Amino acid sequence: MADLMSRSAPRALVLRAAGTNCDLETVHALELAGAEVESIHVNALSRDPSILDGVGLVAFPGGFTFGDDVASGAVLAHIIEQRLRPQLQRFVDRGGLVIGICNGFQVLVRLGLLPGGEGRGALLWNQSGRFEDRWVYLNSGSEESPWFAPGERYFMPVAHSEGRFEWFPDQPGQEFPTEQVAFSYCNEDQSVASYPDDPNGSHRSIAGLISADGKVLGMMPHPERFVRPEHHPSWMRIRPDGAIPLEEQLPVPLGLSIFRRAVDHLKTHQSDLVGEGGTR
Amino acid sequence: MSLTYTVTILHDLDPNPSPDHDLREALMAVGCSPDEGDLLASDPIFYLRIPEQDADRVEALAQQFLAGSPACRAVVHPGVTMPPRDDDQAAIVVQRRPGVMDPVSQSVIHAMSESGFVSSQCQVRTARRYRIGGIETNVSMLDGLASRLGNGIVDEWRSFSGGEEEQVPDPFREFPSHSQGRVEIPLIEASDEELVAISVDGGLSLDLAEMQAIRQHYIERGREPSEIELETIAQTWSEHCCHKTLTGAIRHGDLRYGNLLQETIFQATRQLDLPWCWSIFRDNAGVIGIDEEWGVSFKVETHNHPSALEPYGGAGTGIGGVIRDTLGTGVGARPILNTDVFCFAPTDTAAENLPTGTLHPRRLLRGVVAGVRDYGNRMGIPTANGAIHFHPGFVGNPLVFCGSVGLMRREHVDKEVHPGDLVVAVGGKTGRDGIHGATFSSRELTEDSEQDSSGAVQIGNPLEEKKVLDAMMRIRDENLCRSVTDCGAGGFSSAVGEMGEETGAEIHLDRAPLKYPGLGPTEVWISEAQERMVFAVEPSKLARIQEILLEEEVECAVLGEFRDDGKLRLLHHDLLVGELDVKFLHGGRPSQERVSIPPEPKPLIKAEVDHLDAQQLLCTLLADGNVASKEPVIRQYDHEVQGRMTLRPLAGADRDAPMDGCALDPLRDGSHQVVVSCGLTLGMGEVDPYQMACHSVDEALRNCIASGGSLERAALLDNYAWGDVKDPAILGQIVECSRGAADAALAYGTPFISGKDSLHNTYRAGGVSRSIPPVLLVSAISITKGPLRVPGSDLKEAGSSMMLIGPEGAIPGSLMQWLHGGGGGIPAPFDRQLGPRLLQQVRQWIVAGQLRSLHDLSDGGLAVAAAEMAFGGGGVGLDLDIGALGDDRNRSLFGEGPHRFLAEVRDTDVERITADAEAVGIPLTCIGRSVVEPTLIIRHGLDRCIESGVGELKQIWKRSLEAIWPTS
Repeated sequence: MADLMSRSAPRALVLRAAGTNCDLETVHALELAGAEVESIHVNALSRDPSILDGVGLVAFPGGFTFGDDVASGAVLAHIIEQRLRPQLQRFVDRGGLVIGICNGFQVLVRLGLLPGGEGRGALLWNQSGRFEDRWVYLNSGSEESPWFAPGERYFMPVAHSEGRFEWFPDQPGQEFPTEQVAFSYCNEDQSVASYPDDPNGSHRSIAGLISADGKVLGMMPHPERFVRPEHHPSWMRIRPDGAIPLEEQLPVPLGLSIFRRAVDHLKTHQSDLVGEGGTR
Repeated sequence: MSLTYTVTILHDLDPNPSPDHDLREALMAVGCSPDEGDLLASDPIFYLRIPEQDADRVEALAQQFLAGSPACRAVVHPGVTMPPRDDDQAAIVVQRRPGVMDPVSQSVIHAMSESGFVSSQCQVRTARRYRIGGIETNVSMLDGLASRLGNGIVDEWRSFSGGEEEQVPDPFREFPSHSQGRVEIPLIEASDEELVAISVDGGLSLDLAEMQAIRQHYIERGREPSEIELETIAQTWSEHCCHKTLTGAIRHGDLRYGNLLQETIFQATRQLDLPWCWSIFRDNAGVIGIDEEWGVSFKVETHNHPSALEPYGGAGTGIGGVIRDTLGTGVGARPILNTDVFCFAPTDTAAENLPTGTLHPRRLLRGVVAGVRDYGNRMGIPTANGAIHFHPGFVGNPLVFCGSVGLMRREHVDKEVHPGDLVVAVGGKTGRDGIHGATFSSRELTEDSEQDSSGAVQIGNPLEEKKVLDAMMRIRDENLCRSVTDCGAGGFSSAVGEMGEETGAEIHLDRAPLKYPGLGPTEVWISEAQERMVFAVEPSKLARIQEILLEEEVECAVLGEFRDDGKLRLLHHDLLVGELDVKFLHGGRPSQERVSIPPEPKPLIKAEVDHLDAQQLLCTLLADGNVASKEPVIRQYDHEVQGRMTLRPLAGADRDAPMDGCALDPLRDGSHQVVVSCGLTLGMGEVDPYQMACHSVDEALRNCIASGGSLERAALLDNYAWGDVKDPAILGQIVECSRGAADAALAYGTPFISGKDSLHNTYRAGGVSRSIPPVLLVSAISITKGPLRVPGSDLKEAGSSMMLIGPEGAIPGSLMQWLHGGGGGIPAPFDRQLGPRLLQQVRQWIVAGQLRSLHDLSDGGLAVAAAEMAFGGGGVGLDLDIGALGDDRNRSLFGEGPHRFLAEVRDTDVERITADAEAVGIPLTCIGRSVVEPTLIIRHGLDRCIESGVGELKQIWKRSLEAIWPTS
C-alpha cells in the first residue's frame, strides 16, 4: 500500500542555495499537499541536472539567497543562468510546474521565466523603503490555473523589502497582460488597496505573476506560512469559544490550498508530462 | 598584472524610486529638511580588481549582473579615482575600512567565478555614493552628513562638492603586518605597579591579585610567560567568560555567599529538580524537554558596548553570536526563534545631554533595529518576542539583549571530547577584527572608547552563518561530530580552551584560514572574527564532514587535536609560542571576597502629576516609548519565517494590537506549543532590587500564561545588566536581585536554566563615572501539549464583563512615577503564595475557554492595559468604573505591581469565575463592561476621569515610534 501511495504521489523538488530560508516549510507544505518532496542544494543539482527529469514540480523557496547581495535573488539567478538554464527551460517546456515564492519569485523574474522577463519587469525596493512583514489580502488572477482558483480572495503574509513589481514595456503605454497577473494586493472587501494593505506599491498592485501557460507561478506572499488554521494571525477571533477553528470555518482558504491544487493537478496530468518516468 | 575598475550602479530608470531613509535621516540630523524636489539618491559602487585576462568580461558583469534589471544601469570606469561626474551634485562616498567585513564583496566574487573570472585573483570592495542635489551644501555640512551616513569605527569617507575629481582612499590597501613568532612578557621580576601597568597597557582587564597569581605561577615554572599565554589567561579569566563577580564570594550584611549564583539562582533550580530540565547552566544554552524525544534550548546574551559604538554591527553580531550559542548547544540545536530586548535613552534626548563621544539614542535605536533585522531575517529565524525600554540612565550605555531558541533531539544534548579528536575550525575566516572583545566588554565606556576599542566592533556576515547552520544540521543529523562550540568572546582561545578543559589540546595556529596575510599567532588565537565554530571530530569522520561543507560552501581547517596530558600547546609554523596548564587556566584564578552594602529602602519622592488630569496622564503614557506601539520595529523583523508561529507579537482585529508574548508549534504538527515571553521592570530596580527581580519573574510568567503557556513546564533565563559592581552599594543591589530571582523562581516552581551577566555598564561623562539603572531581564519559555489555547489581549465583543484579576498596584516603581520625576517608596509586594495560585487558576480559565481576552497589567498599569485591549477590538470600547478600587485614583489607574491581569468574560461565565476565584482566594473585581461605542471611558465614581475615542488613543500610541521609521 505504502509503495502504491508513494508511486502515485507526484514528486517535487525544493531547490535551495546558500541563504535560502523557507525550504523546510515549503517541503512541509508540499508534503501536506500530497507530494513526495526532496530538498536539494543547487550545487548538488548542478552536478546531476537529470534529477529534474524525474520530478513534476520545482519550488524556489523564500529567503535571502547569497544575502540578497547586489539585488534580491541576483546571485542565485546568475548561478542558474550559468549552470542550469537549458535544463530548467526543458523542464518548463515539458509541462513541469514551477513556483517561486518571495526570493524564489525574484529569481524567476531575473531568469526571465515569467512575464516581465526579457528585461521588461523587475522587483524593486518597497515604496516604503523598508522590509515589511504583514498579512495581506489578495485577489487571484482571472484565468484558470493549476495553482489558484480564479477570482478568489486569499490571505497570506508577505515578508520582504524588494517586492515592488515595476513594468518596463517595450512600447510606452503598453499594458501589462492582465491574464498573467496571478495575485494582486487588495483590501479585505477585495477593493483596490493602498499602503499598507498594498505593502510595496507594485504596478497594478501586483503580488504575483503567472506564465502564459499557467505552469510557472511567482509570488511575493508566502502560502507555505499558512498551512494550518492556527497560522491565521487572528484565529482567536474566529470562533465564539476561542478554540482553533476548523479549516472550513476560516474566512479564507489556507495557503496550503495553492500547493494542494498544484499537486492535484500533477496527479491528474501526470501522463501529460513529457519525459517524467516512474523509472527513477 | 591586475586592473582596477569602479562600477557605479544608477537606479535612475526606476519610475517610482523609494525614499532613501538613511540619507534623509542624516540630513535631518545636520539640520536640513529635504523637500520633495530634492535629488537625493544613493548609488552602490563596486570596486573590482581583476587579472588583465578578464578585462573583457567586466562590462557584461556590470550590466547583466551588477545592474541586472531594467530599473538601473552600470557606469564602468577604470581605476578608483573618478573624473568629475556629469551629475555635478555634491556627493559623499562611504566605504568600509580595510579589514572590515564586506559581505557583498564575497557574493560578487562568487558570481564572477560563475562568469569565468579567475576568482582567486579577483578582489572586490563595495561602497555607497550618496548624491545630494537641490540642497545648499558646504564642506562642514558635508562632513557632518558623512559622519552620520558612516561610522568612523568601521567606515571611511570622502565628500565632494560637485564637479570635481573624486578620489577615495585605496579600497584594496592592506594592513601593516604584525610581529610573528614568540613574544615573552617579563613578569617574574615585575613589581606590583608594573603588573598593573602590563594589564592596563595590554588591555587585559586583569586586576592586581590576578596578575600576582599569574606571576607566582610563572615563578614556579621558572620562566616568563609568552604574550599568547598571558592573553589566553586574560580571556579565560575575563568577567565575560567566567563571571567572576556573580560566582564569587560576597559578604552581604549578615549573609555570606561563597558563590552568589550557585547559592541563589542555581540553588533554586537544584531544589526544584525537574526531570524535564535536560541541560542547565553547563552548556551554551539551557535545554528543556518538549516530550521524551524533542527539546528546546534557550539563551539570551547581551552585546551592549559594541552596540553603543556601532549599533548596526554591534546588534547584528549580537544576534549572530547568540544564534551560534544555539548551534553550539549539545552537538547543535536548530534556531527556531529570536528574541530581542533593548534599553535606550529617550529618542528626544537633547544633544547637549549626550556624553561626548556617544551616539544619539535615535541613531542607536535605528541602527540596532537595522542590525537585528538584517542579521535575523537573513538567518531565516523569526524575531517574534522582545521589548524596548527608554530611560535617561542609558544615555551613554544602551542595552542590547539578543535571545535564541533552538530545537533539538534529546540524543544531541550531550557532547564530549576524546583525546585524539581533531580540532576543526568551521565557518568564517579569521581576521584582525574583534580583538579584545571579551576584555573590552568588562571595561568602562569612555570618550575614547571609539578610538581604543575599534577592533572590538565588527560587521557581521549572516550569509556565512546561515551556510554554517545548514551544514551543521546535516553534520549533526549524521552524527559526525562529538562536540561543538561557538567562537564567541575570546575566539579560538575560549572555544578550544573550553572544549579542552579536561584534556588539553595542540593547536597549529598557522592552519587557520585568514582573511588577509600578516596576522600574528596571538591575533589568530584571540580574534573574535564572527561566524566561526569549533568541532571535535573523530578522525574517521572528517572526510564526510568535509564533503558536506564543500557542498554548502563552508570552509574548514583542522587546527590540531585534543590531547590527554592537560596541556594547551600553541604552535605557529612549528614554533611553540605557548604552553599552558589547563588546570591553572581554569582553576588558578584567585578568588576574593567582596563586601556589598545591603540597600536601604528609598524615601518616596512624589511624582509631579498634580497639574495633570487622568486623561493627560494616559496620553503621556501611551505616547511614551516604553508603552508606545512597537509595530514599526516588529514589521521590519520577519516574525513568520519557518511557518511555526501560532501567536504573533501583533494580533487583534487589525493585526496591530500588542500580545503578551509569542507561541509556536515546534514540530509543525499541533502536538506541542512553545510559548516565549519576557519581563523587565525597569523602574523597580532603583526602588527595590529584590522586588524588581520578583516582579520581573512574575511579569515574564504572567506574559507567558497570557500567551498560552503553563507553569507546569516553564523555565526561566536571567540576564543581569548592571553598572559598576566594584561599588559595594551596587554590588548589594545584585545580591538582593539574585535573592529575589531565586525566591520567585522557587515560589512558581519555574527553574532558571541559563543566564548571563553584563556588568561594568558604566560610562564616563564630564569626568564622572555613571552606572546604568539596574536591570534584570527575565525570559520565560513554556511547553504545553496540544493545540494552543490562548484568548489574546484583543477585546472580542461588546457586552462582556471586564474583570480585574489580582491585588492592587502601587505608584512606587511605576512608569508614571519615574516619568514624572518621582522615585522611591514601597512598591507593591510580590506574594509568593498568591502568585502561583493565581497563575494556575488563570491558566485553567484559559483552557476552559472562559476568558474572551486577557492582558497583563505592566507599564502604565490598568489604564494602559485597558486601552491596549481596546486597540485590538475592531471598534469595541470599554466603560469601566474604578470607584471600587479605592480613593487614590492615580494609583488605581496607573499603579503597577505583580499578579495583575485584566480579563474580558462573557456574562454567562462570570458567576463560575467568581466562584473559582473565591474558592482559591484570588482577588477578582468586576470593573465594567465592553461596549459597542468605540470609546474608552473610565469613571471614578461620578467623575468620568478618562473619556476618549479608542481610535484617537490608538493614534497617540502608534505615532511615537512611527516617527522614527517613516514609510514615505
